[in-house]
Amino acid sequence: MDSQIKQLEDKAKLIRRLIIRMIAKAGSGHPGGSLSATDLITALFFSVLNHDPKNPKWPDRDRFHMSKGHCCPLWYAVLAESGYFPKETLMTLREFGSLLQGHPDRRTPGVEVSSGSLGQGLSVALGMSLASKADNKDYRIYVLLGDGEIQEGNIWEAAMAASHYKCGNICAILDYNGFQIDGATKDVMSLEPIADKWKAFGWHTIEIDGHNMRQILDAYAQARTIRDKPAIIIARTIKGKGVSFMENTVEFHGRAPTQEEAEKALKELE
Amino acid sequence: MESLYQRDVYGKALVELGRANKDVVVLDADLSSSTRTGLFAKEFPGRFFNFGIAEQNMMAAAAGLASCGKTVFVSTFAIFASGRAWDQVRNSICYSNLNVKIVATHAGVSVGPDGASHQALEDIALMRVIPNMNILVPCDGPQTAEAVNAAFCASGPFYIRLGRPKVPTLENKGKFELGKAQVLAEGNDIAIIACGIMVAEALAAVESLAKQGVKARLINVHSLRPLDTQVILKAARETRGIIVCEEHNIIGGLASSIDEIVAENTPTRVVRIGVRNRFGQSGDPAQLLKEYNLTSADIEKAALACFAKCK
Repeated sequence: MDSQIKQLEDKAKLIRRLIIRMIAKAGSGHPGGSLSATDLITALFFSVLNHDPKNPKWPDRDRFHMSKGHCCPLWYAVLAESGYFPKETLMTLREFGSLLQGHPDRRTPGVEVSSGSLGQGLSVALGMSLASKADNKDYRIYVLLGDGEIQEGNIWEAAMAASHYKCGNICAILDYNGFQIDGATKDVMSLEPIADKWKAFGWHTIEIDGHNMRQILDAYAQARTIRDKPAIIIARTIKGKGVSFMENTVEFHGRAPTQEEAEKALKELE
Repeated sequence: MESLYQRDVYGKALVELGRANKDVVVLDADLSSSTRTGLFAKEFPGRFFNFGIAEQNMMAAAAGLASCGKTVFVSTFAIFASGRAWDQVRNSICYSNLNVKIVATHAGVSVGPDGASHQALEDIALMRVIPNMNILVPCDGPQTAEAVNAAFCASGPFYIRLGRPKVPTLENKGKFELGKAQVLAEGNDIAIIACGIMVAEALAAVESLAKQGVKARLINVHSLRPLDTQVILKAARETRGIIVCEEHNIIGGLASSIDEIVAENTPTRVVRIGVRNRFGQSGDPAQLLKEYNLTSADIEKAALACFAKCK
């Protein structure tokens, strides 16, 4: 277990470095929310998800969907690192003709449904869960939500329906970093009490530190045991985690680091 | 003349598709008795999902189901399918080019007493501007089944527009093909292009015009996207003018589709019979069609005026 955690922590560092390099090269993108969810998604892709990068359309695969699509540099990095496409492709992020669009597009191997317009991804996950019911399959569906994103009404329509249909194979992951473009979520539009809201909608909730690998793995394991209702991992995270000058600030929500900033960030992530 | 509810035909067609293909699933948002998806729900409860009154969730979930290989039929009233959930239709369904067939009922003023809030007059416009979306507007009962089957057989998203009231069945329409219009009457004096319930009104106008010595060509455009540009441009070249008839705002729908290709290729006078940028209101369908100038008499008048003006 300890060696597994060490491996995942090293992998997360590598993913963070890729995120910084990709966004710096592209000259635009969203580092803050990509870095806050890195530990959660690294653990998912390299220790939890049942998938086959050489056969991305394998019908029994677990599904992953990134509802907060602006954090796709993270998604692209774990996809490339898993072997869905060559790692060189990462440095074409946001370029004309690139496989890697500014927000997720189905042209990218491993991307199931496009995203970017916030609030729709939990519904997409719900649809996948309903498909599994119709087919009597038991693959799992993981969906990453942003905290600001759950201000969208569509999220709560999906939350209500996933509970109604007892979608026990849905595991939502809430990247609760506390910031959105216009400031702290508590100032822009309060989300609390978050866990009570999800509980009231019939969900099993698991609250963790989203940068503690052991807690993350335990949360995924616990979610898997819940079969009669959907589960959500409410992960307390730090926006910009891993790069001192990006942490807990809105500045790097949607701005790329300069070359100089990128070098400084990469040094911190060595 | 036989008259049918397009919705009844739709419901039965769904059941047949469901029997033939286990990957057909159907979604509705608390309107399954009105849209007739309830027939499918009864026979295939494991493949029918009611979303309650939550159209946005339904549309994005349809994308999720389609991404897992399902052919997803989604129904609600046209006003909600096109307006309430437009962003979900654009970003989750059409951008991903997924196999979702939206079959929207209760389009147009012929909804009747429910009034303006429930009478979709801008749905074609809203759906027409989204890349990858195909649009079918069948003119009667039997054509509704043909449209549903064509959408099932083709891949990608569809918007099929149905009405609320019974519509007369039109004879001898010929073969139904995606992207091919049907010429229901030949004539070189004037061309009348119509879709949906306006085809029957246009047919009555054509018969009346013939008695007055004006030979009108009648074209049923059941397939708005893909559009049969050849048949339309041929009509533009061979007749004196075009009358476009639709139970929709004159902005953005069939008339706009015709205007765009005619203006670009062979400028011709195009007269629009449709709702002139107004909201609907309560009333009987017949009263409302009269109020909004959507009757065969209105078409006939416009055709005669155009014919006279374009000599």
